[in-house]
Amino acid sequence: MKFFEDIQVGETSAIGRHTFTAENIKAFAARFDPQPFHLDEGAAARSHFGALCASGWHTACVWMRLLIDYRRREDDERRARGEAVGQLGPSPGFRDLQWLKPVYVGDIISYGTEVLETRVLNSRPGWGLIFVRNTGVNQHGELVISFISSAFVERRGGGAVTS
Amino acid sequence: MPRLHWEDFSSGQITDCGSRLVTREEIVGFAAEYDPQPMHLDEQAARATLLGGLVASGWHSCCILMRMLSDSILGQASFMGAPGVEEVKWLAPVRPGERIKARATVLETRPSRSRPDMGFVKFRFELTDASDKPLMSLIVSPMFARRSADAVQGGDQAGR
Repeated sequence: MKFFEDIQVGETSAIGRHTFTAENIKAFAARFDPQPFHLDEGAAARSHFGALCASGWHTACVWMRLLIDYRRREDDERRARGEAVGQLGPSPGFRDLQWLKPVYVGDIISYGTEVLETRVLNSRPGWGLIFVRNTGVNQHGELVISFISSAFVERRGGGAVTS
Repeated sequence: MPRLHWEDFSSGQITDCGSRLVTREEIVGFAAEYDPQPMHLDEQAARATLLGGLVASGWHSCCILMRMLSDSILGQASFMGAPGVEEVKWLAPVRPGERIKARATVLETRPSRSRPDMGFVKFRFELTDASDKPLMSLIVSPMFARRSADAVQGGDQAGR
C-alpha cells in the first residue's frame, strides 16, 4: 500500500477481473444468501431476474479479494525497488452501494477504483482516511456494481509534521 | 406462498433475527477466500495491526448478517433482492468466539412507482454482541412482492 501522503485524489486503478461460474454463484449463495434466484436455474428463470445470478454480496466480496491481490502485487514491486510499504488499516464502512445489473453465469466483471477524497484525522495520529469509488463492469461494458468505501491508511513517518 | 408481503411491513416494527456464534475457523476461512489481510488470518500478525488481534472481515459480517436475515425475516417473505445498500458502518470488530445477535427495524415503506406488483421496505439492520453493544449497522431498502401480486398471478411468477 502507498503511504497516505502519496495517494492523490482522482487516481484510478484497474485491479483485476473475475469470471462468475454457476458453481461458485451457487456455493456462495448456499453459505450466505440462499435465495432461489441465486441457487437454482429453474427458480431463477421464473423470477424477475430471468436467469441464475450472483448474490450482490458475492460481487462485492470478489472486489475485496481482487483489491487485496492487487495491493500485494504493488507492495512486492515496491519492496523489489527498495521502497517502504505503508500499512492498510481497517475500514469504518461504505456507502451508496448500487447493484445496477444482475451478474449472470459466465459474466466477466472488471473491477476498478478511483480515489475521491483523502482526509487527515486528528483523532488518529499516524493514519489518514481515504474514500474510494469502486466499480465493476461486465463484458458488455455495463456497470453492475458501484460503491464508495473508506479505509485507514498509514501516514509516512507516523504522521509527523515535516514543514 | 410466502407468509410476509410488502403490506405486512410498517415503519417502527422491530424484529429479533436470532443469534449466532462466530468461530475462528470461519473467520479465517472466509478471509482466506475473500479478504486475505493479516488482521483476519493470523493471531500473531493481527496483534501488530490497529485492531490488536484477530477480527472478522467486515464483508464477512455483512455475509453472516445476510444469512441470519435469510433464515429469519427474509426467508418467510416475498423477498425480491435489493437494488443496493445505502450505508454500512463497521462500528466495532467481530472477534472469534463472539455470540452475535441481529435485529431489523423498519424505517419506512413505499410502493414502487414503476412496478405495481412490488414495493420497497427501508430497514436498519444491526449486529450486536451478547450485551447489545453495536458491532455493525446497515441501511438497505429491499424489494418485496405485494400480496395482490400473488393473488392475481396465483403464485405463478411467470410474466414478471
